[in-house]
Amino acid sequence: MLKIYNDGKRITAALYGDIDHHAAREFRTALDDVIARSRPELLVLDMENVGFMDSSGVGLILGRMRAVNDVGGEILIKNARGEIAEMIRLSGLSSLIVTKTTN
Amino acid sequence: MKKILINECVLRFPAISRNESLSRSAAAAFVLQLDPTVEETAAIKTAVSEAVTNAIVHGYRNTKGTVEMIMRLYEGNLVQIIIKDKGCGIPDVKAAMEPEFSTAPPEEERSGLGFTVMESFMDKVRVRSAEGKGTAVVLEKTLIGK
Ligand SMILES: Nc1ncnc2c1ncn2[C@@H]1O[C@H](COP(=O)(O)OP(=O)(O)OP(=O)(O)O)[C@@H](O)[C@H]1O
Ligand SMILES: [Mg+2]
Repeated sequence: MLKIYNDGKRITAALYGDIDHHAAREFRTALDDVIARSRPELLVLDMENVGFMDSSGVGLILGRMRAVNDVGGEILIKNARGEIAEMIRLSGLSSLIVTKTTN
Repeated sequence: MKKILINECVLRFPAISRNESLSRSAAAAFVLQLDPTVEETAAIKTAVSEAVTNAIVHGYRNTKGTVEMIMRLYEGNLVQIIIKDKGCGIPDVKAAMEPEFSTAPPEEERSGLGFTVMESFMDKVRVRSAEGKGTAVVLEKTLIGK
């Protein structure tokens, strides 16, 4: 599940539940839809309510990063803790993690 | 040193994506007897999810098949989980285990990190595979518990 907080060209997408191969498809469709419609300057993925993420989540983030970059925007990740932060670090995407909120 | 088996549980399920969460929940339930830390449970769940997803998306390439998961507890809090498929197999295991190696087409958005993740979250990862016959991934971790 996904909740979108829209502040003009800055969008926060709060992701809910587990991000695995099974769930990735739905997240992907929903996020691509938001990106295509809003062409955000900044898309923040809020991981606060994500209980689990495996490498399918890394693919999801990388794919959305490309989609946002294609419309001239950037992507950031907030509230990634524990194993989810570790997963992001392993994939070399640490630079996307924000410690302070950007909005 | 010979391993002394204390407990064992075998799970067999069709290779469909909804069973990814089932498999990792089963693994979490199995290790509960060791009173694991949150981190240990998360590590086991992540590694299992990687291996089971691989069996479904690569082994069977989303065709019908069965995944078998054998969970074992040995003396000394050693957890061993084996994930087996009878799918296409891996021609070159060493190459497949390299970070960022993936045979998935770009639209599937796989990043070739599954084995790297398994190795980082578990103590030991062994892979047996034969082309056309299938793959077995052996995951091992000694839990310290709380
Ligand atoms: N059970 C399997 N059967 C057949 N091939 C496999 C199996 N598991 C892994 N492979 C092969 O090994 C490669 C690497 O696997 P790995 O899990 O590291 O990356 P990935 O699945 O491609 O991407 P990611 O896990 O990051 O989404 C796969 O692309 C595939 O070619
Ligand atoms: Mg994988």
